[in-house]
Amino acid sequence: MVLLFIILFPLAGWLINGFAGGRLPPRAPGLVGSASVGLSLTAALVAVQQPEVWREGLTASLFTWISAGEFSARASLVLDPLSAVMTLVVTGVGFLIHIYSIGYMAEDPGKSRYFAYLNLFIASMLVLVLAGNLLVMFVGWELVGLCSYLLIGFWFDRERAADAGRKAFIVNRIGDAGFLLGILLLAVTVKSLDFKAIADASSSMAVPVATAITLLLFVGATGKSAQLPLHVWLPDAMEGPTPVSALIHAATMVTAGVYMIGRLHPLFTQAELTLGVVAAVGAATAFFAATVALVEHDLKRVLAYSTISQLGYMFLAMGVAAAPAGMFHLTTHAVFKALLFLAAGSVMHAMHGVIDMRRLGGLARPMRWTALGFVIGAAALAGFPFTAGFFSKDLILERAFAHARGWGSYLLWAAGVATAFITAVYITRAAILTFAPPPSHHDHPPFDSAQGGPSGSRGPHEAPPEMGWPMAALAALSLGGGFLGASAVGAPLLHSLERFFNSAPEPEAGAVPVLALTLVSVSAALAGMLAGLWLYRGRRDASLSALGQFLSHKWYIEDLYNAAIVGPLRRGAQFLASTVELGIIDGAVIGVAGAVRQAGASFRRFQTGYVRNYAAVLLAGTVLLLGYWLTR
Amino acid sequence: MIPVPYYLTISAVLFTVGMAGVLVRRNALVIFMAIELMLNSVNLTFVAFARQLAAIEGQVAVFFVIVIAAVEVVVGLAIIIAIFRARSTVDIDDVDLLRG
Repeated sequence: MVLLFIILFPLAGWLINGFAGGRLPPRAPGLVGSASVGLSLTAALVAVQQPEVWREGLTASLFTWISAGEFSARASLVLDPLSAVMTLVVTGVGFLIHIYSIGYMAEDPGKSRYFAYLNLFIASMLVLVLAGNLLVMFVGWELVGLCSYLLIGFWFDRERAADAGRKAFIVNRIGDAGFLLGILLLAVTVKSLDFKAIADASSSMAVPVATAITLLLFVGATGKSAQLPLHVWLPDAMEGPTPVSALIHAATMVTAGVYMIGRLHPLFTQAELTLGVVAAVGAATAFFAATVALVEHDLKRVLAYSTISQLGYMFLAMGVAAAPAGMFHLTTHAVFKALLFLAAGSVMHAMHGVIDMRRLGGLARPMRWTALGFVIGAAALAGFPFTAGFFSKDLILERAFAHARGWGSYLLWAAGVATAFITAVYITRAAILTFAPPPSHHDHPPFDSAQGGPSGSRGPHEAPPEMGWPMAALAALSLGGGFLGASAVGAPLLHSLERFFNSAPEPEAGAVPVLALTLVSVSAALAGMLAGLWLYRGRRDASLSALGQFLSHKWYIEDLYNAAIVGPLRRGAQFLASTVELGIIDGAVIGVAGAVRQAGASFRRFQTGYVRNYAAVLLAGTVLLLGYWLTR
Repeated sequence: MIPVPYYLTISAVLFTVGMAGVLVRRNALVIFMAIELMLNSVNLTFVAFARQLAAIEGQVAVFFVIVIAAVEVVVGLAIIIAIFRARSTVDIDDVDLLRG
């Protein structure tokens, strides 16, 4: 029952805000929205106290949804270590971001709609996470896609936001087509979509079938989690309100693909080839997105590419059969990336919407707490020793190295280390360009425009407390959260996950040079930070010349899509609209009408209106008939 | 007894005269009389054959024709009077409402 309540609280918040939010007092939507998620978090905390959760999992079967012949699907929920971690991330980070949103959206006239969507998102995400079978998960999967679309296009009167929402929706549909095909193939093969049944059946499943199913499911994951080649929607999704970017497009929804692979890990371990593809795509995406983040000028887009890159790490972990490490990184990433986004949102809030880093700078003085939060998040992202990101990223690189067989797979590890270096560089760059004071020879600081601008009478100011406290909480978690997985203190989170996956063997001592690997990744991170500090010293923007050109076009991937897919489709649609529709279909209709009109015009000449003509025709007909009878 | 072809001949002549009257005259009343002429030529044919074949059906048909003709005269004259009241003419070339 408690499982149902976890979902029902935000759903109730959605109903209240959605139907009555406009009539409530102005502060009510935020309070209702936050309280409902807070209750959901409480319910989740109560639920994970039950010992079954950490053994075989707490299940709740609601009703039989579909029953057709051999196949049947029940609407069921399950809370086991995997979904418990994810539920706590969703409700915990979600709760903090709801509180932050009270301050961030205080002036927005559409805030009851905003909180209604946000609550609906939390409820949908919890359906996805707590689902006991793949069909229920798919329902949640589509619902979060819908919420993502609604919230990206929240300011739908801005064309860029509306376009970004559509782009996210369409790109996700491409992935979801693969996901749905995978589900159907699985339903045909196993005759059940229950996760337990799938796990039982997967060990005896033929490898080609398992490979086909998992590859199709992975297509869905690339769409939802913005991996190559379907990553294009996530940077544009930054058009939505910043708390939405933090919650949906960094912490929770985009990790659904990783979670899905973790949920179906018995099936994925059956398909060696798919795991290789997952790892390769993850590593490639991690490297690619990190390089693009290096040259982006929009702070939020830097963070978006960073998210894509970190999701790549998680997929790399999933692909090298280190699912606990992947889930651990998911958790820490949710915390520190949410923190980074909230700090960016605080900057935007203070600068009246300016987010281009070329126009920012010197914000460390007026916004020192936000700056501190950003730096903590940046350190965790870069993997600075003993922050959250350090433990999880390190673990992934270690497992990637341990899993490596031959040169090709060492390349995955190398890509991971290179990405760690680039990550440190770009996040240092972002921090410097945003917060470092401008060079002294600069006549007027860039934030002058905000001071003297028409919209603001005062300069950048620190965020209000309801925005500050969630950042403080996330900063504390970013600093200390890594110890949940630190072997020095017993790694409580990691161990329960490892027991759950029970397929991830501890690399035996001595097989992997753990210390050396840690040294390598730490020195990559530190070198990256130092390189960033040196490259962008005094807030100058290093252009990186031709390479920078290439990177700022995002490796020309979007141009390629535009040329190869969007352009031809658009031309095809143009052709259909102008030639087929106007020429052939309209032409046929107009032609038939014209022919009838012509025929009528010529036939009307027979109707003279003179009785004698009719009589003459009558006579002629009679004579002809008589003649026929007489002569035949 | 006068042979049947004689009757048929005069009947054909009467019918042709009536036909021509319908086709060439413009006065509605004259056309009406021409139609009566055609009907009566048909009647003549009927009785001629009935006599020759000693069959009563032909004479019965003639009675039907006479009755129908009387009814037709009533309706037709009513229409002509109505047209005359509306348009002050019985010239049928002036009544071409059905012209396409």
